[in-house]
Amino acid sequence: MNEKKKDLTLSIPKEEIMQPGHLACQGCGASLAMRYALKALGRNVILDIPACCWAVIDGPFPYSATGVPIYHTAFETAAAVASGISNGLRSVGKSGATIMAWAGDGGTFDIGIQALSGAAERNDDIIYTVYDNEAYMNTGIQRSSATPHGAWTTTTPVKHFKKGEKKDLDSIMVAHGIPYMATASISHPEDLIKKYQKAAKIRGTKFLHVYAPCPTGWKSDPAMTVKVAKLAVETNVFPIYEVENGNYRINIKPSKRKEVKEYLSMQGRFKHLTEEDVKYIQENIDRKWDTLLKKEQYFSSKEK
Amino acid sequence: MKQVMNGDFAASYGAMSALVKYVAAYPITPQTLVVEKLSELVADGEMDAVFSKVESEHSAMAACIGAEAAGIRTFTATSSQGLLLMCEVLHWAARGRLPIVLANVNRAVAPGWSIWADAQDSISQRDTGWMQVYAEDNQEVYDSIIMAYKIAESPDVLLPMMINLDAFFLSHTSEVVDLIDKKDIEKFLPPYEPKFKLNPSEPHAFNALTSPDHYFELTYKMHLAMEKAKKRITEVGVEFEKMFGRRYGLTESYRIEDADTVLVTFGTIAGTAKETVDLLRKEGKKVGNLKIRVFRPFPQEEVCEALKNAKKVIVVDRDYSYGFEGAFFTEVKSALYNKGVMKPLYGMMAGIGGRDVSTGTLKEIVAKAEGEDPKNPYFIGVKL
Repeated sequence: MNEKKKDLTLSIPKEEIMQPGHLACQGCGASLAMRYALKALGRNVILDIPACCWAVIDGPFPYSATGVPIYHTAFETAAAVASGISNGLRSVGKSGATIMAWAGDGGTFDIGIQALSGAAERNDDIIYTVYDNEAYMNTGIQRSSATPHGAWTTTTPVKHFKKGEKKDLDSIMVAHGIPYMATASISHPEDLIKKYQKAAKIRGTKFLHVYAPCPTGWKSDPAMTVKVAKLAVETNVFPIYEVENGNYRINIKPSKRKEVKEYLSMQGRFKHLTEEDVKYIQENIDRKWDTLLKKEQYFSSKEK
Repeated sequence: MKQVMNGDFAASYGAMSALVKYVAAYPITPQTLVVEKLSELVADGEMDAVFSKVESEHSAMAACIGAEAAGIRTFTATSSQGLLLMCEVLHWAARGRLPIVLANVNRAVAPGWSIWADAQDSISQRDTGWMQVYAEDNQEVYDSIIMAYKIAESPDVLLPMMINLDAFFLSHTSEVVDLIDKKDIEKFLPPYEPKFKLNPSEPHAFNALTSPDHYFELTYKMHLAMEKAKKRITEVGVEFEKMFGRRYGLTESYRIEDADTVLVTFGTIAGTAKETVDLLRKEGKKVGNLKIRVFRPFPQEEVCEALKNAKKVIVVDRDYSYGFEGAFFTEVKSALYNKGVMKPLYGMMAGIGGRDVSTGTLKEIVAKAEGEDPKNPYFIGVKL
């Protein structure tokens, strides 16, 4: 037990760069995501944040909770602004700082995908993080293309809950041929931190997809945020994997996949679902997991 | 060094001469020659800069915003639909107080598709907080871009500046342009060193959520900056003339001292207007021309001073504010009223969608205002 504790202390940097006093809701997954990401990256970071929860979480003028420079920018411009910062500094030989766009799923899967695709195609030297809470939470829980099948949102009311799958943005990003794409979850901070540390050392576009439960929008217990996120991994709802130069590696393989209903039942946004709906969701999850296993089987480097 | 070049190349060389370090741009007719020339200059190492060939004008401006916020001198160029797509981020650059310089080739707005000269694109961005200059020739395009950085980067201005040039009449027309040596530029234009920038060793949060307790003051400060910009434009123009011999102010008067009728024009029409003035003077008509070079900040005082003795004022607009009249006409009228200067004013719409405005057109415009009470606006040469 003592050994394990020691390991944890070593793998997660002690320094707190993000400070208390931010404006996140209770149990906000996105605030944990930033806290861990900054622990991994240190202080030599420049952030740009479009319209999203984090545009508010950081604090109103003249406050800021992150301890690193932040440029708040327009909704669809996170990737383009990061490209500008990165290439601008390169033009005067001042590369060195990690330039990170930090956007929600709406700003990434939907309105910002064009700029993101542009930056990825140019392979601009940035980290792009999407903290994914699966809807437009800052504007009051409207569906995005990251909202999963079956979810209630204010624009997919219970009678007409979201029909259709969450957009597979990870595959879209991999298809750009960027050097690094990874998923991570606030329930697995060691993995998340390792991935940010790895991303910071890679030149080019790095895309990190971080699972960030939102108790307000998911109608879950704020005390259970980490538990919900952990279940997402254990049920294969949100697989934790990375694709480095085209090579797939599933970082966390649940020894026994849990039933998705366990994950769904913790969240009010799914409470209307019938057994049939849950069965459909379970089948989809299993099918996607099988696809991912095949990708890993066929596209992975020899050395592990 | 004198070279023959089109207006797009003049804009490109302007950016290079102004020691721009970062360019992000997206091609659109008739601005394409700007991005092509800059690509070549950067690739050949002639221009020491990084050029991001981005996937849209919106991202072009966004990338310039990122670089400029990091303390880097940036440039972009666009036209028409591209400028309209930028609208949101034009506001962002201005309220973010980033002295970005943009060359806009004035082109009509679709539909129907039109690639020809018309100022509807930039006029519709009037209220974005950008300073706007309208150039008459290619030399002015080049010189204005260099002066723009000095004006925009002034610590008490810090506003972005748009240099407008007419599609094809300038963008694709070759003229002699006198390029300035780098060592002379360095004497004229200090390096860009903003007080606040994105810097991990001195972290700041920019553009955070701003309550009604602060937002109003930020707007007021932009008003003060625009007022200051009027002075800076004049000062920088004087300094530029001392060093390089060419003079540029907020406005330019041509034979207006004793003029009964004064044409108010901008862009390439101003050049044609001066020729028309000479022709009409030969016919014994006392006509003059006032070129409005800077549209924002609007040179209210200079316009009133220039027009105070005129008996009639005719404003020629190559743009239209739907449901009212030409934008320059509205501004001139408003400026005169603000200063209590009352006289007959004629608002003439001409050259829309790139239709030619010749000396004949301008003579027709002057004739229209003779002995007729104003019934504004007039649409000159409309065929129905």
